[in-house]
Amino acid sequence: MDLSKATFWGYKRENGRVGVRNHVIILPVDDLSNAAAQAVEHNVKGTMALPHPYGRLQFGADLELHFRTLIGTGANPNVAAVVVICIEEQWAKKVADGIRATGKPVAHFGIEQHGDHDTIMRASRAAKEFVQWASELRREERPLKDLWVSTKCGESDTTSGCGSNPTVGNAFDKLYPHGVTLVFGETTELTGGEHLVAARCRNDEVRKKFQFMFDRYQQVIERHKTSDLMDSQPTKGNIEGGLTTIEEKALGNIQKIGRKCMVDGVLDKAETPAGPGLWFMDSSSAAAEMVTLCAAAGFAVHFFPTGQGNVIGNPILPVIKLCANPRTVRTMSEHIDVDVTGLLRKELTPDQAGDKLLECMFRTANGRLTAAEALGHREFVLTRLYESA
Amino acid sequence: MIHFVVHEEGDGVGVVVVEGVKAGQHLAGWIMEDDKDIEVVAKSDIPIGHKVALRDYKPGDTVIKYGVDIGKVVQPIAKGEHLHVHNVKTKRW
Repeated sequence: MDLSKATFWGYKRENGRVGVRNHVIILPVDDLSNAAAQAVEHNVKGTMALPHPYGRLQFGADLELHFRTLIGTGANPNVAAVVVICIEEQWAKKVADGIRATGKPVAHFGIEQHGDHDTIMRASRAAKEFVQWASELRREERPLKDLWVSTKCGESDTTSGCGSNPTVGNAFDKLYPHGVTLVFGETTELTGGEHLVAARCRNDEVRKKFQFMFDRYQQVIERHKTSDLMDSQPTKGNIEGGLTTIEEKALGNIQKIGRKCMVDGVLDKAETPAGPGLWFMDSSSAAAEMVTLCAAAGFAVHFFPTGQGNVIGNPILPVIKLCANPRTVRTMSEHIDVDVTGLLRKELTPDQAGDKLLECMFRTANGRLTAAEALGHREFVLTRLYESA
Repeated sequence: MIHFVVHEEGDGVGVVVVEGVKAGQHLAGWIMEDDKDIEVVAKSDIPIGHKVALRDYKPGDTVIKYGVDIGKVVQPIAKGEHLHVHNVKTKRW
């Protein structure tokens, strides 16, 4: 596929970033504000609440990550406008101000001294204005380099390593030379193949930062593990699918970054890349956590290869699922956007499989709903670093 | 028809890519990286996605896939047998 003149139709935002969706979201800062946020969603059609269980008595790096994730989610170019609700007005303002830096419309509300009824009424008025305003925004034709693409695999099996993950790798190798911003992560799932990622780092500085992130996560595992992790890495689903060890899983995982692209930079969780290229983001390997972090980092489309059939979606980031396992494609067809089973029958070359994924990427970017969007999968899962105070 | 794939020449395992492989079945394989054919006779029933040993192993041997170490053998494995968590373990953690 010749991508040199490739374009897609997206929403250009106030800060120059380009989104492929046009959501108006109702963002609760904490667990206590979920009820009000969901009431606003109910009142104003075309809005979407993002309930979650956290935000109270977090502190230090864990609290910073909480704010970074919420602000990043609101700032994502797939979001047109945001209503922020918090039990305390000051923290609503803190999150709202972080999102306002993008220039998009944001309103914030505190529940204390108002109660749910009054808060829901005020927030609903703002949400209605936003949704009507957003409904008049139009897509425009944009160059491929304006698209940010993330990847993470899930419920992997051996067909991921020889089919769907190399397909993502082929697509990444094709996108990379055109200045697209790309990200991968899943720190613990590089175990056994970390030397291969280190060898792909652009320079020593990037390599050192990658090694720091990798070692830091290994220390967490060492500190808390009660066994050899055989119960969680590989997962029961991975083992059912034929993956035997973490090393084998990691080597399959790494196929997603292709053969040619270099790792240009390293990000902490939910951090936004400073420029184009392939970035490594330190992140959990749990699907919904990782995809939520990608959305918060500003990514607009996600490639999700699966083997045994992970059903994940995200509220604001379209998740494109691809699969090379014929049993999964047969039994879970409603979840699969791109069928690459032909690769394992020698009926499809890696190059053709990569093009098939890119074709789906363009259709998705131009507005076609993914399977996860059509099925209502909106997993919004915040990463926690440690206990609350 | 392909019953299993091998990532690259020198790998000691293949991945079964069809359902219902039975012991005694002649399996046709494809070495993807080198685009070569390979054959093995299954000595166990092997589910789709699971691995078939392409050589004999004894405990302590290293299993190579993608040209890289994926773990150590803990039970003897004969060529054609099912290779998985019952006879191979991680060297990490």
